[in-house]
Amino acid sequence: MQTAVKIEEYLQEVEESLGNEFQRKALDTFAVAYRTGRANAFAGMDVKGLVDEIAQAKDEGIRRMDELYAQFKQKAESMGVHVHLAKTAHEANEIIARIAKENDCKKVIKAKSMTAEETHLNQHLEGEGLKIVESDLGEWIIQMRGEGPSHMVMPAIHLSRYQVADLFAGVTKKEQDPDIQKLVKVARRELRKEYVEADMGISGSNFAVVETGTIGLVTNEGNARLATTLPRVHVALVGLEKLTPTLHDALRILRALPRNATGQQITSYVTWITGPNECTGAPDNKKVMHVVFMDNGRKALAQDKDFSQILRCIRCGACANVCPVYRLVGGHKYGHVYIGAIGLIMTYFFHGRDKAKFLVQNCVNCGACKEICAAGIDLPRLIKEIHARIQDEDGHPTQSKMMGMVLKNRTLFHTLLKNMRWAQKPFAERGGEYIRHLPTIFMKEKDQDFRKLPTIAKKAFRDEWKSIKPTVTNPKLRVALFSGCVQDFVYPEQMKAAVKVIASTGSVALDYPMKQSCCGLPVNMMGEKQAAKEVARQNVLALDPADYDYIMTMCASCASHLKHAYPKLLENETDLAPKVAQFADKVIDFSSLIHDVLQLSSMKFTRSGKRVGYHAPCHLCRGLEVREAPREAINMAHDYVPTSEEEVCCGFGGTYSMKFPAISKTLLAKKLANLEAGEITAVATDCPGCVMQIRGGMKAAGKEIEVKHVAELLAERLR
Amino acid sequence: MSQEHIELFTKKAEAVSAIIKPIGSMDEAYAYAVDVCLNKDACQLLLSGCENAISDEASELCVAKAADKVIAAPKLADDQYAELAKAADKAGVKLIADGLRSHLAGIDIGFAVADLGLAETGSLVLDSSSEDLRLSTMVSEINVVVLPLSKLRATSYEAEAELLPMMQKSPNYLAFITGASRTADIERVLAIGVHGPLELHILLLEDA
Ligand code: SF4
Ligand code: SF4
Repeated sequence: MQTAVKIEEYLQEVEESLGNEFQRKALDTFAVAYRTGRANAFAGMDVKGLVDEIAQAKDEGIRRMDELYAQFKQKAESMGVHVHLAKTAHEANEIIARIAKENDCKKVIKAKSMTAEETHLNQHLEGEGLKIVESDLGEWIIQMRGEGPSHMVMPAIHLSRYQVADLFAGVTKKEQDPDIQKLVKVARRELRKEYVEADMGISGSNFAVVETGTIGLVTNEGNARLATTLPRVHVALVGLEKLTPTLHDALRILRALPRNATGQQITSYVTWITGPNECTGAPDNKKVMHVVFMDNGRKALAQDKDFSQILRCIRCGACANVCPVYRLVGGHKYGHVYIGAIGLIMTYFFHGRDKAKFLVQNCVNCGACKEICAAGIDLPRLIKEIHARIQDEDGHPTQSKMMGMVLKNRTLFHTLLKNMRWAQKPFAERGGEYIRHLPTIFMKEKDQDFRKLPTIAKKAFRDEWKSIKPTVTNPKLRVALFSGCVQDFVYPEQMKAAVKVIASTGSVALDYPMKQSCCGLPVNMMGEKQAAKEVARQNVLALDPADYDYIMTMCASCASHLKHAYPKLLENETDLAPKVAQFADKVIDFSSLIHDVLQLSSMKFTRSGKRVGYHAPCHLCRGLEVREAPREAINMAHDYVPTSEEEVCCGFGGTYSMKFPAISKTLLAKKLANLEAGEITAVATDCPGCVMQIRGGMKAAGKEIEVKHVAELLAERLR
Repeated sequence: MSQEHIELFTKKAEAVSAIIKPIGSMDEAYAYAVDVCLNKDACQLLLSGCENAISDEASELCVAKAADKVIAAPKLADDQYAELAKAADKAGVKLIADGLRSHLAGIDIGFAVADLGLAETGSLVLDSSSEDLRLSTMVSEINVVVLPLSKLRATSYEAEAELLPMMQKSPNYLAFITGASRTADIERVLAIGVHGPLELHILLLEDA
């Protein structure tokens, strides 16, 4: 649960979580095991095709929400099921309390339901004098601890067997052996008696199948079967988005849900309940069955062009499984009730801006969640959207507002950048490559000392362009260079290296349009959407796509922002539409250009024999789905050595690393350790931000491993 | 049903620690169930929790557990039930067809015949509209289920045309069962038998 009122409190809590070694280790082991488990579970299946189908079918259901509800209601009522529609969470709780009262129920056995967590149903019913026992083992454990889930599928993943044993000792009034198999058996016996005594069973529902009026439940433990069988009353609390027109729709989701959640082919039990079934515990041998559908903003969301897609979520929890930040801080600090990437977004809609405002800032924008999502939800973009919305509602912080204003004016921005070199001078180390002290107006220095930050270069790339522009008489290809701010003003040598490599073909006409500016990602990350839009517009006008075959950028973050975010940011600028589409289509990264398009071969290079590791920038491997080209490019001149977790974020994330230094530092430390373990002498990557982070980390740690852009490592071995 | 599907079913079901045995006739199934029931306690692994440090209230339910060895076989066809009863009787095992609510502490064996099998995931499909069948497949310590091979389907999609008519009857309670009841809620360590059966035995009946 997210309770911090000030960002400082949230940061403090996050740091405490980083110190929770048990949780850190548990989540680490899971993150690694999950990858293999999931891959095995999906082996031989067309995962992308399945995700697309799910997304489409879900969208269709979301569009027809009202109609599907009416049909389900009619069908289910014709079978004797009571169907309700609750407008709000509170109303849902009240309906359920009323059902309990009308049926004279005193004791409730509950099967895990995230929807019931959303409404805080237990607290409400307890307030009405009912006794509620959770029957899912993990939920029971956290219920007794008075906590919320820390993962949507594995609610108690943050706890150790010792903690569970202590808890059980309290319940049983007997000493407990911290042996997991024994503890599970203790729970089996303790909970069995609870089923026997309960007169009401409450479940959620994974599907509400309209064509048959069926409720579908997916569980491993079998608790939902007992909870829906033994008590005389059954209430299912169901979000309206769970309505699916056909059984086929449900079976389709079932193909993805367990596989994506935990790498299981299917859960132990899948239960389909149609109508009030036989119940010998009820007076007339028939279950009293209620289905409570809940709106709580879902109907409005369904109408929202941008956010309706979050209703596709099938609650597999995978977006937490792969999130590098979740892995470090755990679910209690990465969601309120709903956890992980989708949790950050849902918190805003279901639990409010105050609970969501720090959470949405704590996303490093690595894209891992989007890639894994079973429903194809564009999670990182929506997280940023919420961030921007909250700022629009709550007011923009001065820093980000200023940044937005400056960026909108290119000349002012560039003058400021150049002047920074002089401003930095007193703070620079001898040799001038790194900043010795950070001017404290920017941030707390001690928080940032886990990496050395570079100084602004003597001469920006734009100021050197004229003198280095290669002359090509019969060009086969016209390529525009987009440098991004970091390579323009901090690492111009990376740009120059790329020019050298590309020029070696003698067949490419290169151009560097001077009116280009920052791609706008930094302000987008800060929630300054308006500024991001304006900069995007300026860049599309500065680089007329009709003049070029490709727009090459060596910054993975710029590339994915230009390619994927521009069309979204500029969707309402109809005058630019064709240009924007063309622009986005022509964006390419350095490695793909030289390897796939220009097809340079190893003949062009003298091999170094150097062992070179690779860090895959988030925005290249997931953002542009470029995976082979850079590795093969390195291999043309050096020995590429694979290392562990190459595709896990280095922790940079632009301004993220300034705001959440403790997390950035921990992610970087892992990255460095994985690279070092490969016994390499150099690291290649294709994003200046990653170079800044990893090189700065190596330097601060006193390591000898050099960190360079792929282009530099190739340029230095050109024949 | 093709050999390929049988192999796939076996592989997938065994992967979730189901025990698979091909049989040639229902008689073999009855003998098997009785045999498992008799030998059950010999296997020390099968502890259903009463031996642990549980609360006094919970252990009352353990005491309530029948002293006899019990097999529950609700919803079996009459002739099948009669045959199973003969086999059970000979071995001194009690066979019941209903009244499972008075056995919530646990019974030894739940015996059932599956309506369908899904090869792709090693799953059994059981129309569990009978409350007794629902309970016998949950409160039994060992679940023995016969799957006639003529009912094996490749995937859930392929079974859809047969699943739908079952779900269209009202009321209906349909179950896909894959392996035994399991949890990984404590430290992600797999533990079997958290609520339901501790073992699932599937008897593949050659009926083509
Ligand atoms: S983009 Fe990365 S950091 Fe952000 S929520 Fe998704 S996985 Fe987590
Ligand atoms: S957002 Fe996607 S990955 Fe996350 S829980 Fe929902 S379906 Fe799963």
